[in-house]
Amino acid sequence: MSAVLPIQDLSTTDSPPGPRRVQPARWKDHAFEWLTRFFALLVFSLLAAILVSLVIGSRPTLEKFGIGFLFSAEWDPVKEDFGALVPIYGTLMTSLIAMVIGVPVSFGIALFLTELSPAWLKRPLGTAIELLAAIPSIIYGMWGLFVFVPLFQTYLQPTIVNAFDGIPVLKTLFEGPPLGIGMLTAGIILSIMVIPFITAVMRDVFELVPPLLKESAYALGSTTWEVVWRVVLPYTKVGVIGGVMLGLGRALGETMAVTFVIGNAHNLAASLMAPGNSIASALANEFTEAVGDVYFAALIELGLILFLITTVVLALSKLLLMRLARQEGART
Amino acid sequence: MFRTFILAVGVLLAAQALAVDITGAGATFPYPVYAKWADAYKKETGVSMNYQSIGSGGGIKQITAKTVDFGASDAPMKPEDLEKNGLIQFPAVMGGVVPVYNVKGIERGKLKLTGALLADIYLGKVKKWNDPAIARLNAGVNLPDQAISIVHRSDGSGTTFLYTNYLSKVSEDWKTAVGEGTAVKWPTGVGGKGNEGVANYVSRIDGAIGYVEYAFAKQNKLAYAQMQNRDGQFVAPDDEAFKAAAASADWAKAPGMYLILTHQGGKASWPITGASFILMHKVQEKPESAKEVFNFFDWSFKNGARMAEDLDYVPMPEAVVKMIRAEWKAQVKDAAGKPLY
Repeated sequence: MSAVLPIQDLSTTDSPPGPRRVQPARWKDHAFEWLTRFFALLVFSLLAAILVSLVIGSRPTLEKFGIGFLFSAEWDPVKEDFGALVPIYGTLMTSLIAMVIGVPVSFGIALFLTELSPAWLKRPLGTAIELLAAIPSIIYGMWGLFVFVPLFQTYLQPTIVNAFDGIPVLKTLFEGPPLGIGMLTAGIILSIMVIPFITAVMRDVFELVPPLLKESAYALGSTTWEVVWRVVLPYTKVGVIGGVMLGLGRALGETMAVTFVIGNAHNLAASLMAPGNSIASALANEFTEAVGDVYFAALIELGLILFLITTVVLALSKLLLMRLARQEGART
Repeated sequence: MFRTFILAVGVLLAAQALAVDITGAGATFPYPVYAKWADAYKKETGVSMNYQSIGSGGGIKQITAKTVDFGASDAPMKPEDLEKNGLIQFPAVMGGVVPVYNVKGIERGKLKLTGALLADIYLGKVKKWNDPAIARLNAGVNLPDQAISIVHRSDGSGTTFLYTNYLSKVSEDWKTAVGEGTAVKWPTGVGGKGNEGVANYVSRIDGAIGYVEYAFAKQNKLAYAQMQNRDGQFVAPDDEAFKAAAASADWAKAPGMYLILTHQGGKASWPITGASFILMHKVQEKPESAKEVFNFFDWSFKNGARMAEDLDYVPMPEAVVKMIRAEWKAQVKDAAGKPLY
């Protein structure tokens, strides 16, 4: 009875002035709807404006080099001959390395945090991961250059080079003088940078799995691994893939940290130990002193390519999610 | 007495109110000294000079678009480009670029190099520290059997411009294969961002060679090499060697003050010296600002030499300053054609 009373109260006090109030509220609703629509469209038009200005800005090189710009490894500001192959390769390769290292590690951390960690460790560990995400990228870059590179150069790199010496494909991937800087170093630093992002998302979605599902699986005698692999992951795959894509997005566009450790050399090398270049780092390095229209346009076109790469990556991840969703329907 | 005081204050305030603040943008290399001059100038006159070190390329764009009162560039503009854009240029301050190295057993200043040899090293032709070409110049120096790792700038910079300009002057191979510019296509090596990036890589990598601004090499106590100048003398980089290079330069015969101070004659000249330039429009739409720019640089040439030297820059010699003032008077006018200096 006590629960019904307030409802009655509400209806009695509200109903007489109701019709009069609905009118202005509806008007406000309308305005609010248009306002939010405007904001949403604003994002869209900003995106379009960026794309258009990138295309306009890169017209000199689009006309001069055409599609060949994508496949030329040349980068000669003096003779004004440019190609994007080296930075594209560097961007994709460092991001790939970052994902290869970052995804399993993040998965492990998220798993430990949600399934295995003792309760008293959960909070401090989770906060530590979140703090990692808050560190500005320049700090990672400087830490990489001043702390990680010397350690990597003296201890890790010679070991890796020796270990893979003589194994056909791996030998070419890991050879060269131990400079300490190069694409592998950049990839490793990037992996450290994306781990907190991926981990945070994974942990959050893992925690969303209904305890009932997990407990049922445990009750049927599953091991922790089986519960994670058969119950937690299938339940959360959309979120997990979203987290990985978030990390990939950050890795593709990361600028300062990469610039510090990638070596910034416009040469195409098979070895991951060799210095290379990425799109973002080439832009950061060369924009200030890019004299001449073609040089400037070449840099703008690099920006356009990065824009397209990220769009393609996002589109692919959406496609993947859609396919997963369809398979799900087929199975049940 | 009181009246005169009031009057004086009034006049001062009026002067303050009339003074136009000036803005400039461009080269990063001279930024510390411009900032110091601006600070001292503001204390003395109340006029503030706002300089944004956005890079030479940006400086040229900004002054062409007339968004600033003056632009600054490390590389001088060619006379025909000046003419096309209706600009004049003058040098404001000088500095030097020095090769630095990290080889165990070779102390600071003990390594001797020639320009042609430096070009061959950067072309990747001379690969080892004990190469006969290096050994010939460095009798008595213990040169190790070690690969030379080359370090260059990854960002476009005036330092790179001076360095590659010098290599192009002394080596035909360098000129045809690479050329000169604020950024070039390096045949080999790794790129460090900024002077500090290059210095870090050089000190990190055993057997590395790189190039940085003199001020940076001096303040960080990097091992620098002696260079052979055009007169065949081996010189160590210091203020005197830069001044000698500036003194032997013939500014009077350089149209539009287009002069790059690399590879200058003179027994004591450091071969990789260069000036940083200021760009202004010949016809001034805002004569007041142009006057203020002249006042600022006039004051800086008169009073700023010590400040420049403290920061390891080289001030312009008196003779050159005289020429700069003549250039101001002859070239920069307001819309009616009246000289502004």
